[in-house]
Amino acid sequence: MSAIASSVESPVPEPEAPRRVVAHPSALQARPRVTEMAAPPAKGAAPVTATRKPPPEWLARAFAMAVGLAVFVALWAFVSSFGRLPTPAATFKAAVAIFSDPFYRNGPNDQGIGWNILTSLGRVALGFGAAALVGIPLGFMIGRFRFLSDMAAPVIALLKPVSPLAWLPIGLLVFKAANPAAIYVIFVCSLWPMIVNTAVGVRQVPQDYLNVARVLNLSEWKIFTKILFPAVLPYMLTGVRLSIGVAWLVIVAAEMLTGGVGIGFWVWDEWNNLKVEHILIAIFVIGLVGLTLEQLLVFVAKRFSYGTGA
Amino acid sequence: MDKYLQIEHVGMTFEKRGVRFEALRDISLTVAQGEFVTLIGHSGCGKSTLLNLVAGLGRPTEGVLLLANREIGGPGPDRGVVFQNHSLLPWLTCAANVHLAVERVFGDTESKLQLAARTKKALALVGLAHAADKHPEEISGGMKQRVGIARALAMEPKVLLMDEPFGALDALTRAHLQDELMGIVATTGSTVVMVTHDVDEAVLLSDRIVMMTNGPAATIGAVLEVDLPKPRERLAMATHPRYIECRRAVLEFLYEKQQRKAA
Repeated sequence: MSAIASSVESPVPEPEAPRRVVAHPSALQARPRVTEMAAPPAKGAAPVTATRKPPPEWLARAFAMAVGLAVFVALWAFVSSFGRLPTPAATFKAAVAIFSDPFYRNGPNDQGIGWNILTSLGRVALGFGAAALVGIPLGFMIGRFRFLSDMAAPVIALLKPVSPLAWLPIGLLVFKAANPAAIYVIFVCSLWPMIVNTAVGVRQVPQDYLNVARVLNLSEWKIFTKILFPAVLPYMLTGVRLSIGVAWLVIVAAEMLTGGVGIGFWVWDEWNNLKVEHILIAIFVIGLVGLTLEQLLVFVAKRFSYGTGA
Repeated sequence: MDKYLQIEHVGMTFEKRGVRFEALRDISLTVAQGEFVTLIGHSGCGKSTLLNLVAGLGRPTEGVLLLANREIGGPGPDRGVVFQNHSLLPWLTCAANVHLAVERVFGDTESKLQLAARTKKALALVGLAHAADKHPEEISGGMKQRVGIARALAMEPKVLLMDEPFGALDALTRAHLQDELMGIVATTGSTVVMVTHDVDEAVLLSDRIVMMTNGPAATIGAVLEVDLPKPRERLAMATHPRYIECRRAVLEFLYEKQQRKAA
């Protein structure tokens, strides 16, 4: 600041001090001279503050999101003007009608959208929960023991890329019923991300932490509860998040094939009834539920992520 | 001099993919109870390897290590280790990190109340009673290292092993922690083996400085007795003739006798 001020106040450059040729006096002293500084210089004029603040970041982001949604609805309205698709307004009207009574029951094949969503979520929860119960311990074991990891590698590599729906006939064959077959498909597709991510997490546990365990001579139980589990938890939650995403994708397709109650079946049923605006509503609902599940797990993962420290 | 920690003709050869690498050769050293010994040498001279052998994190390929007349067969809580990078568990508070060690050593014989008191005392010893409930990411690097020291000391180990404990800290924090460590060791009478590459740190803290030759097949090149009176005061030491002499001796060893090959 002072440099700028002086250059402004004295436009005429000061004459340069003549160069000294003699040694600086401090060089003659045995001890280096330390010049003590007095109190810090008094505050000068307050720095010029910007008078116009840019809008806060969240506002800019919210604005961009609103524009994106508006463009989307406009495109939809444009496409629907050709007559095939229901317009946004018509869809909204249908949605209001549907959501005014989401929990009605008119026999097994005609139920409110609320029941359909809850049924699908229930299937996902069961299949997914079973996958967590099996996949997470398996992942720990595969991550901890080299032999098991090598053993499991070819099987996982072979089965992971298979579309979960390919398993549906096997499910129908074994369980002889649609509902358990759908749950079983969810189980299969949630299993792989959970095993793989947990195993990777176990392998990524920093050697430092394991050295701590070794020098303290901790028991296996303490190593698991105090070191392995907390260190692996963020990886495990990533696996859980990927799994639930896949599970929600797959349940819609599985239910289209199995029938009964469920959001996927509902989509197919409305197609047979040629109620296209209901299909559009279902698409939004599926998207919203998937988004909510994802955000819920992101929130949980944040809660359990630890800074590794510097 | 009583022999508390005995390192006898220890050699260490690593074998990696058929390539043999002799890190340490014929190392013999005894450390008395209550003694502060530093291992100094250029990087790669195997001083950390030697410390790991004492910690039990590795087994020597030759020779034997004894602590209080018992062979060191593996890691154990009778040797408190302070790691260079603090190695605190980030999901535990400072108190919980220390408590993990306390519980392991005294959990079978003492009540919960006594264990908590030990944890508290250890944190107070390093001046961190106020940070007990903080997580490692909330405190500075120097404070983390102090928690690491508290964790090691709380186990009341027979010997405290420190692997360049202040190496990752800035110079001022390092000096501060060295002063604190001197105070702590004076209070507890701990036996300490410390690895360092800082000449001043070695001279200031040690009773003896063990200077190691360059690897491979590193061994002990010279041992310097630092017969300076304790407690040592950093500023007074800066002009103390014996301090300067010791410092010069270590520097001469490191930069003349064991000149490092151009890196």
